[in-house]
Amino acid sequence: MCMDLSEALAIVAANRQHRIVIPTMGAISVWPMLSDQALDFYYMPSSMGQGPALGLGLALAQPEKGVIVLCGDGSLLMNLGCLVTVAQHPANLWLILLDNGQYEITGGQPVPMSGRINYALLAQGAGLPRAYSFESHEVWKAEAPAVFAGQGPVFVWLKLTPRAGQKTPTPPRPMAEQIQRLQCALAINSPP
Amino acid sequence: MTGDEFVAVARRLCFSHVILIPDSELGQWEPALQTAQEPTLIRPTREGEGIGIAAGLMLGGKRPLVVIQCTGLFEAGDALRNVVHDLKLPLRLIVGVRSYLAYSKGHSIDSCPIFTEPILRAWQIPYEFLPPQYTPLNLETALTRQMERGTAGAVLIPE
Repeated sequence: MCMDLSEALAIVAANRQHRIVIPTMGAISVWPMLSDQALDFYYMPSSMGQGPALGLGLALAQPEKGVIVLCGDGSLLMNLGCLVTVAQHPANLWLILLDNGQYEITGGQPVPMSGRINYALLAQGAGLPRAYSFESHEVWKAEAPAVFAGQGPVFVWLKLTPRAGQKTPTPPRPMAEQIQRLQCALAINSPP
Repeated sequence: MTGDEFVAVARRLCFSHVILIPDSELGQWEPALQTAQEPTLIRPTREGEGIGIAAGLMLGGKRPLVVIQCTGLFEAGDALRNVVHDLKLPLRLIVGVRSYLAYSKGHSIDSCPIFTEPILRAWQIPYEFLPPQYTPLNLETALTRQMERGTAGAVLIPE
């Protein structure tokens, strides 16, 4: 039995501690109901597939903070090489794969090989030994504290129930305001 | 320009990270970057990914420099658009223009030199072309001009 997106993300919210969270795509429609912190950075407007890369850069820049990226399966498939890059440059990055098997906001078309890809095996094969997979809400809830303990990188594959009729979500704040809020929380004063 | 000379330029301009996907020209800087403590070398698998990493580094207060070939620039269009125009981050690029020297003498039919500048203009990225026998000072001056402008920009290296 797969999880509902909201209940899966509620467990992330309960275990994030003080980490930066980067919701992408479909996760943006749910995360504002779970959290409203300066360390929430909604990657929208985005370049689809670049959420893990953005998160890796942020995690390398802020090694003490830790970064959680909420990434869809369609997005990950656009940039599978990111698994190798994350392994090559270890950082405190938690890459949470929200696998609903479909391109949710374009009408629910299945992703290539939908339901037949072992993402945890892909992550392990790319060099990420801390790779987990969860299908049940109860098991994810029970194991999440251990998943979020220790150092990154960590890959978590969550199997979700597809949602129908979703539209492109809107982040709660414009990008410029989000950047200002995040950098203020990180005590970054000057532009790069 | 040698790898050591490139590292020296990057250090003088306080770049914290160099994000490199090597080609036959730019790849010659890689050994020096590997051994240098600063700037930190990042090796992504694809150019768009490298631009995404640069965006995260900039959000986190660092100053990255992305070094890619023009072929990767062509691939990275959406990441480039997003970082420069949606996030409005001052992305700095060095782009090697494959076959430019041979093409300009009529010795190459490679289409890379035809499309690099129009692509940059289409994405509204200011750029500066270094001369064929460029020096570290040429590169440093061009990058300094970009940083003084405060916007995104690219320095093109003829290959």
